[in-house]
Amino acid sequence: MTAATTPFDSGALSETDAGEPLLRIRDLVKEFPIRAGVFRRQVGAVKAVSGVSLDLYPHETLGIVGESGCGKSTLGRSLLRLVEPTSGSVLFGSEDVTTASKGRLRELRSDLQMVFQDPYASLNPRLPIRDIIGEPMVIHGVPKAEARERVGELLKRVGLLPEHGNRYPHEFSGGQRQRVGIARSLALRPKVIILDEPVSALDVSIQAQVLNLLDEIQDEHNLSFMFIAHDLSVVRHTSDRVAVMYLGRIVEVADKDALYENPAHPYTQSLLSAVPVADPRRERSRQRIILQGDVPSPANPPSGCRFHSRCPVVQDKCRTDVPELADIGVGHQVSCHFPLQTGETLLHRLNELGRKAFISSKS
Amino acid sequence: MSDALLTVDHLNVGFATKAGIVQAATDITFEIYPGEVLAVVGESGSGKSVTALALMRLHPDNTIVTGDVRFEGRDLLNMSDREMRATRGNDIAMIFQDPMTAMNPVFAVGDQIVETIRVHDSSVSKQEAWTKSVDLLKLVGVPEPKQRASQYPHEYSGGMRQRAMIAMAIANDPKLLIADEPTTALDVTVQAQVMEVLNEVQAETGSAMMLITHDLGLVAGSADRVQVMYASRLMETGTIDQIFYESQNPYTMALLDSIPDLDGLKEQLEPIPGNPPSLLNPPSGCAFRPRCAFAADVCAAEVPVRVRVGDQHESRCARTHELETLVGVTS
Repeated sequence: MTAATTPFDSGALSETDAGEPLLRIRDLVKEFPIRAGVFRRQVGAVKAVSGVSLDLYPHETLGIVGESGCGKSTLGRSLLRLVEPTSGSVLFGSEDVTTASKGRLRELRSDLQMVFQDPYASLNPRLPIRDIIGEPMVIHGVPKAEARERVGELLKRVGLLPEHGNRYPHEFSGGQRQRVGIARSLALRPKVIILDEPVSALDVSIQAQVLNLLDEIQDEHNLSFMFIAHDLSVVRHTSDRVAVMYLGRIVEVADKDALYENPAHPYTQSLLSAVPVADPRRERSRQRIILQGDVPSPANPPSGCRFHSRCPVVQDKCRTDVPELADIGVGHQVSCHFPLQTGETLLHRLNELGRKAFISSKS
Repeated sequence: MSDALLTVDHLNVGFATKAGIVQAATDITFEIYPGEVLAVVGESGSGKSVTALALMRLHPDNTIVTGDVRFEGRDLLNMSDREMRATRGNDIAMIFQDPMTAMNPVFAVGDQIVETIRVHDSSVSKQEAWTKSVDLLKLVGVPEPKQRASQYPHEYSGGMRQRAMIAMAIANDPKLLIADEPTTALDVTVQAQVMEVLNEVQAETGSAMMLITHDLGLVAGSADRVQVMYASRLMETGTIDQIFYESQNPYTMALLDSIPDLDGLKEQLEPIPGNPPSLLNPPSGCAFRPRCAFAADVCAAEVPVRVRVGDQHESRCARTHELETLVGVTS
């Protein structure tokens, strides 16, 4: 993907230049009840997604990154109501997906599709893949002859052979199964595909094949992708914009180059600093901020800023006041009371505050 | 260079299955020197874990192991079970990917470390061993080690459990640590913590480490030397700089080209076409041949031998000497 072809790379473009958002997520909340006792009374809730607002524009890839338990997969699933959101809205055009009737939801799902992480678990083992790919079309009343033809086309498009259609999922490798999952998601000519860790179960040498395939079909079908992943290198490669999640909240959103080069949230900086890079010289010269402790439980998230318990540059206000997601540049939003300025690193900030953090360096 | 701590000579590991013998590790020859970190990288099924399990003699019963493995001159494959037990966990210790299955769920973490210590040296009293296990937990960065030592594995988080496993592994000051995907199950910020502990402990105790991983980033940050495996064989061995900047092997080069980078410098990923071969029925000659951009007739004829391409640098490719010109032509 070159810089010139991605809508947000120039920085001079405002969001409105990219057209109206295709999907508008507003204050989306998903809480899973925790029940206990004989009467299964609700004693608490896992706050998986806590008030997420995001826009997805036509033909863009919005990356969602975060560590396990940050709510990124729940967010993806609640958009399609594979889990019912607790509150908030998801506007597809002018229609709210969260209030759509069952019948209408089924129709909407032809425009909104999903590809799952585990191609072993998401394909029915008892169906030949011809039927797996064709099933969405049967459900949506596509005539049989047309459906059969389209399955053939789709198989070819994702790099499989037409005769593969008679085989069962177990006869395929992981990479090929993920191709089947992608073919199925394309069957109804959707506008949006939510990709939940589409390559993390695949071997390194196969990942690039699938990533390139996704890139091609996005261009061919003018698709919008929401790309959910924990691998920050993969997300940088595939996305136009990136949102970082921590404990159910968006902490930062920006176009990818701004996010990776000028991360404003201390969490984004620490996360990027923790990623090992396949470049020994750079690893030797790198100073790494090592966050202490583990991600707290989403059943009992910290008060104020949810990152405050691990933030190396935390201040008093962070423990009590919840930061809003606020603009700090064109298309760049951050949810932090004391965001890092352009060029300011966590090390600078630590020095300024006269604090020490766990810093690791090889030299 | 000093004498090798571990020498592995023509190690072969095969699994007898109903469908035939699956050759999981073939003709593996390498050394580990005192104090060094040797990374073994490869994709799933390339034979990296199987190699480690075979030299620790932890492989399942249906396994056929041949070759010669020596640790400080002692023959590991042919020593008695009793001798092997005395070596394992004492001279050589292992850290597994999933500490939840590697630890005993019904014993407190501290008790498990005590057991590791006393099984190898019964002269240590329970009291002393307990004190030592608390110290070890402290060393690997478990907070409140005194209280934590009496807790059970399920009361630990994933990162803490992995720290506890490191504490257990280093309890008897092993000369060699084998870490099999030690951080694969962890999140990236916790991975950074655990790798930091592992590197510190390794530097402090001066033990050698065999780091098995599929993550080339981890290798770049922690290893001195690297071995690249593909379809049961060692493809290339060298220092990290030789492997990352002067690779002489088409598989290593293709692997490095196929991964996205954090700086976003690669506009287009170069995937490796096709799939890894079946080990039940591998292709003739070089196993990477069907996916290799430089494959020629000579590659199908026979399995390429290991060729020395530099100081400490070896590669298994029939076209090694032509490679430089070939790479220039295609790129």
